[in-house]
Amino acid sequence: MTSTRRRTAVAVASLALGSSLLAACGGSEGKPTLNWYINPDGQDTLNQLAEDCSTDDYDIAIQLLPASATDQRTQLARRLAAGDSSTDLMSLDPVFVPEFANAGWLEPFEGDLADQVLDDDVLRGAAETVTWNDEVVAAPQWANTQVVWFRKSLAEAAGLDMSQPVTWDQVIEAASEEGGTVGVQANRYEAYVVWINSLIQGAGGNILDPDTVEDGRDAKVTIDSEAGAAAAAVIEKLADSPAAQPDLTTSNEGTSLGQMFPENGPGEFMTNWTFVYKNYEGLIGQPGGPADEQEFEDLGWARYPQTVEGEESRPPIGGIDIGVGAFSEHPDFAQEAAVCVTNAEAQSALAVNEGLMPSRQSVYDSAELTEAYPADLLQLYSESVDTGGPRPKSAFYSQISSAVQSRWHSPRSVSPDSTPKQSADFLTAILRGEALL
Amino acid sequence: MSTTTAPAQSPKNQRRRKEPKAVASDRSRAESRLALYLVAPAVALMLLVTAFPMLRALYLSLFSYSLTAPDDREFVGLANYGTALSDRLFWMDTANTVGIMIITVAFELVIGFVFAMVMHRLIFARGLVRTSILIPYGIITVVSGFAWQFAFSNTNGFVNGWLPFIGDDFTWFAEYQTSMVAIMVSEIWKTTPFMALLLLAGLAQVPEDMLEAAKVDGATWWQRLWKVILPNMRAAIMVAVLFRALDAYRIFDNIFVMTAGANGTESISFLTYRQVIEQFQLGIGSALSVLLFLSVLVVAFVIVKLFRVNLANARQEG
Repeated sequence: MTSTRRRTAVAVASLALGSSLLAACGGSEGKPTLNWYINPDGQDTLNQLAEDCSTDDYDIAIQLLPASATDQRTQLARRLAAGDSSTDLMSLDPVFVPEFANAGWLEPFEGDLADQVLDDDVLRGAAETVTWNDEVVAAPQWANTQVVWFRKSLAEAAGLDMSQPVTWDQVIEAASEEGGTVGVQANRYEAYVVWINSLIQGAGGNILDPDTVEDGRDAKVTIDSEAGAAAAAVIEKLADSPAAQPDLTTSNEGTSLGQMFPENGPGEFMTNWTFVYKNYEGLIGQPGGPADEQEFEDLGWARYPQTVEGEESRPPIGGIDIGVGAFSEHPDFAQEAAVCVTNAEAQSALAVNEGLMPSRQSVYDSAELTEAYPADLLQLYSESVDTGGPRPKSAFYSQISSAVQSRWHSPRSVSPDSTPKQSADFLTAILRGEALL
Repeated sequence: MSTTTAPAQSPKNQRRRKEPKAVASDRSRAESRLALYLVAPAVALMLLVTAFPMLRALYLSLFSYSLTAPDDREFVGLANYGTALSDRLFWMDTANTVGIMIITVAFELVIGFVFAMVMHRLIFARGLVRTSILIPYGIITVVSGFAWQFAFSNTNGFVNGWLPFIGDDFTWFAEYQTSMVAIMVSEIWKTTPFMALLLLAGLAQVPEDMLEAAKVDGATWWQRLWKVILPNMRAAIMVAVLFRALDAYRIFDNIFVMTAGANGTESISFLTYRQVIEQFQLGIGSALSVLLFLSVLVVAFVIVKLFRVNLANARQEG
C-alpha cells in the first residue's frame, strides 16, 4: 500500500517535472519569450503593455522585482554579472543606468532605434538619464518629478504668492508663521539624497563636477562649495524651525501625506512626487484625505522651491527607463519591444491608469491626459521634467549616495559650516577606495 | 575535596598516552594508511570546492575592482587591507561581533547546561522534552529572526506586553543597545539547543560510579557539580564553546532580518556582505572576507590554546 502510494507520488512528481521541462524547451524552439523585469509600480498597466507589445515573433513575460530599489538593483546586477541570457528587458531607476551601462550590461540602441527612443519629443531631464558615453543605453518610459504641494488657504494666510517662484526660506517662514509644517523626505535613504541634490543644484552647484562625473573614481568632488553650504543652510533652517514635522529624521514620501489635510491645523507645504495628486483625489472624504471636493480644491501646486532667490530651481528627476540586457539571446526583439512599451500610447496609458507621468511632451498635450489632470498641473510636470536636475551620473552612484547619506543624516545635525566639508572629504576617500561605507 | 577527573577511558588508553610512539605496530601503520586513502577523495573534493573560492578571494583582494567599472580594475597590492584595518567602521563592527559572540555564548552555555541536565536526568516523557528543547534549532535562522522581530515589534509584538517595566509603545529597534538585545535574544533562543545537545553528550561521559562515590563521601549536590561533573565534562564544554563561538562570530541572518545593520548593529559578516553584494566592490569586499576568515582562525586558535581543548579527547578517542 505504502509503496504503491509512494510510486504514484514519484510518478506524479516526475510527470510534473517532465512537463515543466518540456514547456521550457518549447519556449526555445518555437516563439521566444522575452522576460521583462518590472518593479511593482503600475503592474496592471505594465501587464497589459506586455500583452499588447507581444508580436507574432515573440511574447513578453512579466517578471516582478522586489519592492525596494536596493533589492531591485542587486537582483538585476547579480543576474547580469553572471551573464544571464534570460534578462531581456528591465525597468531601471534612472540612477542605475550609468552603473549598469558602465559595466557593459545594457545593449545600446543604435541608428534608427536610437533616434526613435530619444527624439526631440523626449523631455530633457528624462533624456539625460538614458545616455552614457554618448550612447543611448535605455529608453525613457515614464518620468517622475517633484513639485511643492500646499494648501492654498495656508499660503494665502501667510501672504505668499505661489504664482511666482518661491524660495525654501519663504516656504519655511510662511509655514511657521501660520502654524503649518513643511514636509520633506529626510530619512537616511535615497530620497534624502534627492532632496540634497536638488538643493545644491538649485544653488548652481553639484555633488560631483558634471564634467568629470563620468570618470568614476577620478570624479572631482564639488559638494564643499557655496552651493553645498546653501543647501545645508536650508536643511538647518527647516530642522530648527517650528515648521519641521516631528518625524523629520525618519520622514519619507508617505509620512507627510497626512499633514496636508489634518483634523486640526492649517496643513502643510510638501515637496513630493507626482503621485500626490491622484493620491488625494482618491482619498476625498476618507481619513488622511480632503474632507470634500471643496477642500480638495484647496490643494495647490507650484514649481519646486528655489534654494537661492532668483536662481531657477532644479526639480528632482525620477521615473523608469527600459534597458535591454546585453546578454539577451534576442536583443533585436527586445529593443523592438522596448520601443513599443515606451511609445506615446504606452506612456499615456501609464499616466491615466497609474498616475505615472510621461517622459514625452506630446503625451502631456494629448486629449487623454488633459481630461485626467488639470492643465496647469500637466504644464508644471512637463516643465519640471524638462528643466530638472539629474543625480550624479556615475558608475559608483550607489556608493556616492550612501556616502552623502552618512554625513548629511541626521538633518538635525546638518550645518553649513561643517557638513559640506565633511561629506566632501568622506566622498573623496570613498571614491578613492580609502574608506569603508 | 579536590577535583576528581576520570582516568582516561580504559587502562589500555592510559598506557598509550604515556608512551604514544611505542605502539606504532605494523597493523596500526596499515590502519593509518588506509585511513589516508579513505579520506583522500573527500579532501580532494573539499580542496576543489573550498580552496578555489578562497584563493580567488585572496587574489581579488589585491585589486581595486568594482563590478560596475570592470575596466577600471587596478592592482593595488595590500592597499585594501590597509583601508579596512585603518577604518573606524571595521573596528566598530569587529567590536560588535566580538561582543555578540561573548555574550551569546555565555548565556547559551549556562542555559544549555541546564537544558542538558534536564534532558539527562529525565525519567518520563524523555522523547517529548528532548524534542521540544531541540525545536528552535530546527528552525531556519531567517525565520527565527522574523519571528523575534515581530515579537519585539512595538505595534504587534508580545514582548512589550509581557515585560512589566516597559511601555507598550517601546521601540526596540530605534537604538543601538535595545536592538542588540533583540538580536542576541533571537540568536540565543535559536542556538541554545545546539549547545545543550553537545553538553548532553558530555554529561553522558561522566562516570556514574564516580558520582556515587562522591555521594557516599558526603559531597553536596553543588560540590558534585563543580568538583566531579564539570571537570569531567571539560573537553565537551570547550568543544561546545568553540563551535558556538565560531558560529556566533559569523552572525549575519538575525542582523540582516531584524535591523539590516541600522544604528550601528552591523557585524563583520554584514559589512562584508554590503561591500560585495550591495556596493559591488569586489576588491575591498574580498579583503574583508579574507580578514573575516583570518579572524575566525584567530578566535579558534585562542579558544583552543586558552582552554587547552583536545578535540580528539572530546570524541572519546585515545
